[in-house]
Parts: sequence; C-alpha cells; structure tokens
Amino acid sequence: MSTAKDSRFGTPEILFGLSVAVLVIVVAVPMLLIFFNAFWVDGHFNVADVVKVLRHPETYKALGNSLVLSVGVTITGTIVGTFFAWLVTRTDLPFKKSMKLLFLVPFMLPAFIGALAWKMLLSPRAGYINRFFMDVLGFDGPIFDIYTYAGIILVETMYLFPFVFIQVSGALERMDPTLEESARISGADLFTITRKITIPLVLPSILSGALLIMLYSMAHFGTVAVLGIETGIYNIPTLIYEKIHQSAGSFDSIRTATVLATVLVITAALILWLQNKVLSKGRYQIIAGKSFRPTELKLRGLRVPLFVFCLLYIGFTIVLPTATIFMVGGLKTYGLPFTAENLTLANYNHILFEWDLTRDAIWNSISLGLSSALVTMFAGVVISYVIVKMKVRGKGILEFLGMLPFSVPGSVIALGVILAWSGKFGVNLYNTVWIILLAYIARYMAFSLKANSAALEQVHDSLVEAARASGATMAQALRDIVIPLVRPGMIAAFFLIFLPALRELTVSVLLYGPTTRTIGVAIYTLNEDGETVYSAALAGIALVIIVLGEVLIKRLVTGKNNS
Amino acid sequence: MAYIELNQVTKRFGEVVAVNQLDLSIAQGECVAMLGPSGCGKTTTLRMVAGFEDLDDGEIRVGDKLISSKREKYYLPPEQRNFGMVFQAFAVWPHLSVFENVAFPLRVRKLPKAEIVARTEEALKHTNLLTAAAGSPDDLSGGGKQRVALARALAIRPDVMLLDEPLSSLDPHFREEMRFEIKDLQRRFGFSILYVTHDQSEAMALSDRILVMRSGLVQQVGTPLEVYGSPANRFVFEFIGLSCFLQAGLSPAGMSIDGVAHPWPAGVVPPDELVAAGSGLLAARPTEIDFVSERGVRGEVVRKAYLGETIDYRVMVGQAEVRVQKTRRVAGPAVGEFCGLDFLRPHWYPVD
Repeated sequence: MSTAKDSRFGTPEILFGLSVAVLVIVVAVPMLLIFFNAFWVDGHFNVADVVKVLRHPETYKALGNSLVLSVGVTITGTIVGTFFAWLVTRTDLPFKKSMKLLFLVPFMLPAFIGALAWKMLLSPRAGYINRFFMDVLGFDGPIFDIYTYAGIILVETMYLFPFVFIQVSGALERMDPTLEESARISGADLFTITRKITIPLVLPSILSGALLIMLYSMAHFGTVAVLGIETGIYNIPTLIYEKIHQSAGSFDSIRTATVLATVLVITAALILWLQNKVLSKGRYQIIAGKSFRPTELKLRGLRVPLFVFCLLYIGFTIVLPTATIFMVGGLKTYGLPFTAENLTLANYNHILFEWDLTRDAIWNSISLGLSSALVTMFAGVVISYVIVKMKVRGKGILEFLGMLPFSVPGSVIALGVILAWSGKFGVNLYNTVWIILLAYIARYMAFSLKANSAALEQVHDSLVEAARASGATMAQALRDIVIPLVRPGMIAAFFLIFLPALRELTVSVLLYGPTTRTIGVAIYTLNEDGETVYSAALAGIALVIIVLGEVLIKRLVTGKNNS
Repeated sequence: MAYIELNQVTKRFGEVVAVNQLDLSIAQGECVAMLGPSGCGKTTTLRMVAGFEDLDDGEIRVGDKLISSKREKYYLPPEQRNFGMVFQAFAVWPHLSVFENVAFPLRVRKLPKAEIVARTEEALKHTNLLTAAAGSPDDLSGGGKQRVALARALAIRPDVMLLDEPLSSLDPHFREEMRFEIKDLQRRFGFSILYVTHDQSEAMALSDRILVMRSGLVQQVGTPLEVYGSPANRFVFEFIGLSCFLQAGLSPAGMSIDGVAHPWPAGVVPPDELVAAGSGLLAARPTEIDFVSERGVRGEVVRKAYLGETIDYRVMVGQAEVRVQKTRRVAGPAVGEFCGLDFLRPHWYPVD
C-alpha cells in the first residue's frame, strides 16, 4: 500500500508545476514586463516620468477619446440592445424567433470589416451613399461623415449591442412571468409594469451587458483604426499601435505604450470589478418556477411599423455592409459604379490563388487558429483539472493567472509579448508566427479554462472513485471516465478559440512581420495602402470562412445533442 | 345569490380543449377549490377569471358586471378587475421592500399618501409582517414571502381572492399554518375565494365547496363531505382519498370475480342498469373494509405492513388486489391466510 503510494508521489505536484510554468511564461512574465517598463527607468522606480507621459497632449487626448467613444457606444448600445431584447421577448412582434437570431448575427461579424464597409459607404468624399446624394440628388455636401466620433460610435454600436441584447433577452425570458402578472392584477397597466417592475428587475442584466460593451469598446482597435486615423481620432489601442510601429524599437515610444497599456489594464480591471459587483449584489432571484408564457404586449397599430423598423435595421446594419464588401471586392477599380462591366471575379481569384501576401495571410490565420486552439484546449484541460479536482495548495494562483488575460485587452497582451520575446531574454521571436501563437495562447486561455472547468465540475468525484474501486489505475480512470465526459467541454473550448482567432486583428496587428500577416492584418494593411478593392475581396472571403465555421459548429453541436 | 358566475366557459390551446363548457357560481364569502391533476384546466380557469386568458366561448360575470365575454368580445383587463391574487411562486418583487410590495397596488391607484400608509400597515398587521416591513422580501422564508403576497392582495380590500396553488411551494409544516391564516383572513374580510390546488387535503380543509376537474371537464361540484362520501364517478373516487377497485361480473343471481362466485356485499345492491349490463366496478375505501370469518368476498392475504397506528394489508381476490387498512388493535389475518372481506360502504360504477 505504502509503496504504491510512493510510486505515485509527486504526480499532482508535477502537473501543478507544469501548469504554473506554462502560465508564468505565457501570461505572468509579459504582464509584469509591462508594469516594469512603465514604472522603471534606468533602474529606478519613477512615477514622475509616468505623469510626464500622461501629460503629453497625444496621450491624454487618446485617453479622452477612449473614454468618450466607449461611453458613447455603451449608451447607444445599451439602448438599442435593451429595446430589441424587449421587443423580441415581450411583444407580439411577427417572426420573433427569427428576429432574435438575426440580431445575434453582428456578434460573429468582425467589427473592423464592418467599419471598412461603412467607410466605403459613408466616407465624406468617396463613400457611395454620400456620392449618391451629392452627384444624383444634388446635395451640397455629404449627408453623413463616418470619420467622426458619431460615425465611430454608430459603427461600434452595430457590432457591440448584442452584449446587452443577449443578457437582457435571457433575463426577460427566464423571468418568472407571475412577477409581472401580480403587478397587473394589483392594478398596474403595462407601461407602469415595464417602468416599475420589469426594467428594475432586469437592471442588473442591463448594467452587466453595458459594462461588457464598455470593456470591449475601450480595448477595441479595428473600428477606430479604420475610421479614426484620417481625422486624427486615436484611442488607447490605436495609439499603442502607432507608437510601436513608428518606434522601430525606440525606448520612449515603448515606454509611452507601456504607460498607455497600464492605464488600459487598470480601467479594464475597474470595469470588471464593477460588473462583478453588479452581478453579485444585484442579481435577483427572478427565475420562473412553473411557467406560463408571459403576457405579450399587443403592439396593435405599431406591430407592422416596428416589424418594418427591425427589418430596416437588420438590412441597414447587416445586409448593406456585407453586400458592400462583396460588391467592392468585385470591382475592377475602387470608385467605379456597380455595373456589370465593372464587376469581375478576378480579384477573388488573384487573392485566393495568385497573390502570396493574401494566400500567406489566409494560411497563417487558419494554422494559427488551429494550433492555438489545440494547445489551449489541452493545456486548459490539465490546468482546469488541477484547479477543479486536485487538492494542491496555491491553485488559486493558477486560476488568477489563467483568467487574467480575460480582463486584459489584446493590445496589452501583444505589447507584453513583444517585451518578453524580442531578444531581451535571449529568445527573439519577433517577426515570426511563434510570437503571435504565444500571444493567442495567453489571450484565449481563459476561454478554455471556463469551458473545461464547467465540464469538469459536472464530473462528480464518485465517478472516478467508482472506476478506481473497479480496479482502474488513476491514468485509466482519467482516460476512460474523465476525458470522455469532458470531451464536449474540450470541443466547445476548441471552437471558442478557433473562430475568434481566425478573425483576430488587435493582437496580430502589433506582432506581424513581412511574412506573418493574418487575415485581419492583411485586410487592414491593404486598406491602409489604398488597395481598397483587394482589401474588400479578402474581407469577403474572411466573412465566408467565418460564416461557414459558425454553421459547421452549430451542426456539430446540435448533431451531438441529438445523438 | 351567486356573486361570481362562469357560464359555459371554454378555452382551447390549438387542438386541445383545456376547459370545456364550465359552469360555476360562487356566492359572496364562499370558498371554492378547484381540484384536479396537473393539466386538467384548473389553472387555466383561474387565469380566465383573473383576465390573463381570453375565452373561446362563454362568459364570466362578477356581481352584476360582465368581465369576460366571447360573444361580446369584451374583456376587462386584469388591472381593472380589482381582484386579489396569490401565485404559487410568491411573485413578490425583490427590488422593493416588504412595505413597498404591499403598497404597490395602492400607489398605482393613486390613493392619498396617508391612506396608503394606513391601509398598507393594516394589511401588514393582519399578516404579522409589521416588523419585517422595512426589509427586503428576499430575507424572508417561503412562508414569509407568501404572507407578503397575501398582504399585497389584501391591501386593495378585494371582494374576490384568486389563489393559484399558494401553498405548494411551502414546507409542509408552514402549509398547515398558512391554511388557517387564509381561512382567518377570509372570515375577517368576507371575500370570496377561488382556489386552485392539486392537494386534496388542502381543498378539504379550506373550502366550502370543491370542484373536481379532469381533462377540462367538471367531474363533480359539492361540499367536501359530498365529494368524499358520494363521489360522482370512478375518477373522483380514486382522486380523493385512498381507494381500491374490484371488477365484478353481475347477474340477478349474484356477483362473480374472475369466474368465482361471491355473495353480495351486505346491504348494498348494485344499480339495476349495471346488473343488466352484466358487469360493474366495486369501489371501496381501504379503511371501510372489514375482515369477516363467514360470508364476505374470499381472498388471500399476500402482504401485511405495519404503518404504526394502522396495518396495511394486500389481499388478492382472484387476479385483483384489494387494499385494507385496519387499526393495529384489530387482530387481522396473517400473510398466506384466506379471509372474507366485507365492504361497509361500497360504491358501484360502470366498467370503463
């Protein structure tokens, strides 16, 4: 008995040690280097210098812009998301189920591709809509300039409102309908009930969705980079990008970037802390026991107009930009009208089969997505196993390190990876795909830990104990009992990482080298270089890959549930 | 005399007829319980009275006022019906204090401030909630939350109180206490109660009359004693209280079970139409069967279980099993023994 124990002695410690090593190398070191570089000058702790950086107009303007933009997007996104959530859950709107799915579509479309489309439609001089109004209808100037704060806020709202929409429609659907019925029988009309009962009860969900929008918008690179640069609107991530790219490694630029990154991390931490507080304090027990469908508000005369409004919204925010991307991608030259003789498939052919830059980008994104998803999935299982099932001291550190990148914006992770892996410590991965892979692993580890921990928590200890009692070794029990039971969690983790990695821009745009562009980077740089048509064509191909991927997953997941 | 009247009330959900031509009248101050298995249409009926569901046929009146009518396409919205209602899942609002929960119906009626305070406090006093008034209902137990719901329903001084399984989310021990509290409040304020439950003892204890429903159809309406003592059909017999059934062949000469002739149970003769039909169902309560040494229906004891005060026997009569319950003071037969069964108050129903 004691010998058997001796031979296994150390297994948990070895697993624990390995997990810590992975997380320290991938997550902790880069993060610490950011703070170190921000506050440490010439071997001295130096706050005065940080203040100097912050007082530079360029820096505080970017901070102000980040604040203005994210607050603006949060307000509009929350209003739009709450309104549509209420519409599809609480009224007799026609085709509610399909409408609900359609409102979730913007979630899978990358915002920067949307920004690109809106630039083509509404840039003040060349945008198709503006030109239509000026050339055909004889307007004096553009009807809307997308290169403004309002433009950026509108475009981000279109892609970020689902955060609130999902939270609020979920809460409204789960809410016990008798909470509202008891208000009705108490004598309150539907307007009073909405104001005094429904909205206050789902307020925690509204706030928590709003804070997610804020967190995301604060750290968002793509839309501001596409729409803001022209008129000098920078936010923190775009300024970090600008600094790193101009710098060619200059110390001052990197320091400015690390200070900006520090501000971003602190803001993000603050937002997440607030969200946590809202969720833990304010979440009421409003889940239904026995459920009758809640009374639907009869929209009566407004039913058709609101339905048309929803269709117009979807047409305007999903169909129009997507169609624009594909149409522009087929143009012989940017700016030509959309007539049959101006449209060609040559661009798509060139991008897919002839041009190394774009072919590399597609290949890079797919291989990076696959490998980061695979590595993170397996590492996530091991680390989750240690966190959930093993009784090792200090596993709290693992959980903290693993979840940390969830609250850390992508540009910060990229910056940390640059500081750690560009030769300072003897390893120079700069300009290789490996540095992007490392950053992706750090960025997506939290997704994998969440999915895998949830799956592992479902596997009761007694299942493993029963296997051991039946004569299986620990390894056999893991292989035959635990792994098959957590496989759905692992598959979920894989796709939760693969799809976002496929369309990633914020991280890779800071790390790419001449041959290591990702799809996102290629679309972005082609657009920067004025190759609008190729940029659009590649964006179109990216959209096709993303949609195919989403459909494939839905198939896989529902197929699994049916069998 | 009838205060609430349901005439030919019908509700369909797609192909399913949830409530079929239901007639019911409730007097002022009367408590009527609707009893039945889940899905029988009792909750749907209550929700039609409350105004949450429209009718597919028929009408509902309260006092002289029409409140729902299919023919006139008239539905008074729930908020204008002035009913009190208590739900199974409490439905107290967690974002409002206990006081504000109870004051809500008064506030939406825009009563003067002083009156709101006075009436809220009165309702809280009658439900023993005065000390909890400032707190959140989330800090109360299930019974406490249900008292908040009751107080909220009382605050408007309703003439009609609708209770939708108000006790089934409570611990058994609270349940009995709350039964008495509801009954007390009714005596004090004199409102009529329409009560939905699937718990027969609750219905028995609380109500003046019970309406038994099955698949949307009324099976029987009567006092608890009538429903228990003279069930209208086999379903009601089986649904209320313990029961056992014996299928018997009937002829003017006597009865037979699985081909074996047995004497008639003493004193109770099956109705002529069953004798003419040649078969019938003998229904009995297990406590209303005696062991006799002579006469009686012959059977073999196959199981005997001590349940404390009572002893539970399973007796096989032919292929059918009869359950008998006797107090432990009666010396009954042992397992394996043959015995005679005398049915004290049997009922006869047609075979389905």
